[in-house]
Amino acid sequence: MDLAALLLSTKLGGATVALLLPLALAAGRALAVRDFRGKGAVEALLALPLLLPPTVIGFYLLVAFGRGTAAGDAFEALVGTTLAFSFAGLLLASVLVNVPFAVQPIQRAFEAVPAELREAAACCGMGRWTTFLRVELPLAWPGIVSAVALVFAHTLGEFGVVLMVGGAIPGETRTASIAIYDRVQAFDDRGAAIMSATLLALSLAALAVVHGLAARRRGGRRR
Amino acid sequence: MEGLVVACRQDAPIPLDARFACGPRETLALVGPSGAGKTTLLRAIAGLARVADCTVAIGGETWSDPARGIDLPAHRRAVGFVFQSYALFPHMTALGNVVAALGGLPAREAEARAREWLRRVNLEGLEDRHPRALSGGQQQRVAMARALARRPRVLLLDEPFAAVDKVTRRKLYAELAELRGALEIPCVLVTHDLDEAAMLADRMAILRRGATLQDGPPDEVLRRPASVEVARLVDMRNVFAGRLAGHDAARGTSLVEWAGLRLEARACPRFAAGDRIAWCIPTSEIVLHRADRASRGERENPVEGGVATAMRMGDATVVALAPDAAPGDLLHFSVPTHVAQRNGLVPGARARVSLLADAIHAMPPAGG
Repeated sequence: MDLAALLLSTKLGGATVALLLPLALAAGRALAVRDFRGKGAVEALLALPLLLPPTVIGFYLLVAFGRGTAAGDAFEALVGTTLAFSFAGLLLASVLVNVPFAVQPIQRAFEAVPAELREAAACCGMGRWTTFLRVELPLAWPGIVSAVALVFAHTLGEFGVVLMVGGAIPGETRTASIAIYDRVQAFDDRGAAIMSATLLALSLAALAVVHGLAARRRGGRRR
Repeated sequence: MEGLVVACRQDAPIPLDARFACGPRETLALVGPSGAGKTTLLRAIAGLARVADCTVAIGGETWSDPARGIDLPAHRRAVGFVFQSYALFPHMTALGNVVAALGGLPAREAEARAREWLRRVNLEGLEDRHPRALSGGQQQRVAMARALARRPRVLLLDEPFAAVDKVTRRKLYAELAELRGALEIPCVLVTHDLDEAAMLADRMAILRRGATLQDGPPDEVLRRPASVEVARLVDMRNVFAGRLAGHDAARGTSLVEWAGLRLEARACPRFAAGDRIAWCIPTSEIVLHRADRASRGERENPVEGGVATAMRMGDATVVALAPDAAPGDLLHFSVPTHVAQRNGLVPGARARVSLLADAIHAMPPAGG
């Protein structure tokens, strides 16, 4: 069992959630309640990582953030390392790949909050932030927890983009799924099996959370 | 003036050209068909709807005035708004819903005031229930308590009785009337139910395509519509074309010529003898002559004809009479069902009625 790889995956998952959640809350809510020109295009763009092979995303990231490019130099100035073969690079790639997994459930959750409740909140004297915190967030939270679970589980299992951007540096960029691949390559079936079972259990737990919350939303809370 | 003054104009998306005022302690009903702009006007007062040119002022305070660049956001307008669907916060209890409208108060004071309001709307003991565990009528009461607890400067009601059954509605009417008696603020009620408006409002404004057609006490609007269009909107069934024959100054009446008959009518000095007019009379002001016994009232605008239809509607029967003088102009009147039976009012039967002179109201002719 490669504990370092599992810890790294967990750290990557946690950091991805932490970075992505505020962005997804802002984007998901805006897409749910606002109408603006080009909304369809924005939605399509945010959903793109669902269809693109992760290796393609990884490739473009490497090209865009390569040494000598403006984005690459800015990244290095900000983080202190290059995008390739660094945890920071891995994190950026992970955030990008996970955008639709975070934004879509949150958008659906905010769409399910009737506009009239926002209006009723305004007529109760609540400003925009109070309405968000006291009315919208409590009603949308199952969708938000779903997004967190999906992003975390998806990050644990991400392989293609991790391999493209990070390689497999132990403790730095070798995540659990890369470690499993390495174990199999090294004919260590037992090691691969333990790691796989651990990831399977974590993914199942995440799915249970998502489905449990979805059922709760469908059925409503019973007294 | 401490009341509410509203003037809204816009061409699209919903054309509006309405102005009205509502004094403190007064209930104004905005009445009209679907799409008349009633709800848009209510939402414009609350700051929920964007109307291109809308001035809203209450008691010297301006909430919206495009000319002066004033447009307070909804949460800064002290309104109590009861939505048609109530829009209760589903994750909060009844108490939580009312407390939610008392953001500026310390928690204990807010809770005490919310409990007091729930008691006033007869929901004592149900404070901890969530909206889904309350009946429609109870939800409406929570919405009313939530709207009033924050001591609004105006109460806005958007078809608040549309979603409850008839029995509950009757109870809620009485409760609202009682609550209104204790409130010193203007109240604007949007409804398409004329009976509801007549029962609850001190004044009603008839709207069509966003424009105020008539504004006045319900009894006046319902009995003396300003135009044929208003008459149709207030469901006046007896509207006919005629001519003004003259005025009888001594009796204080006017004479209306209709289908060769001369009808004595309420004085209408705005029209001159010979003018084409439209006239109307409420169904309740046509009196059936008893078949078995003549009465004094029979001298008042008697009309004879054949019964075209007699439709029983519970305790009352609505009869359409085809007058001999004008068989195409059906006169509708309503009598208790037992009276209809006793007088043999079935299709084909003969009947005589009197059109009460004081209820005959002259209007400009249709399209005039």
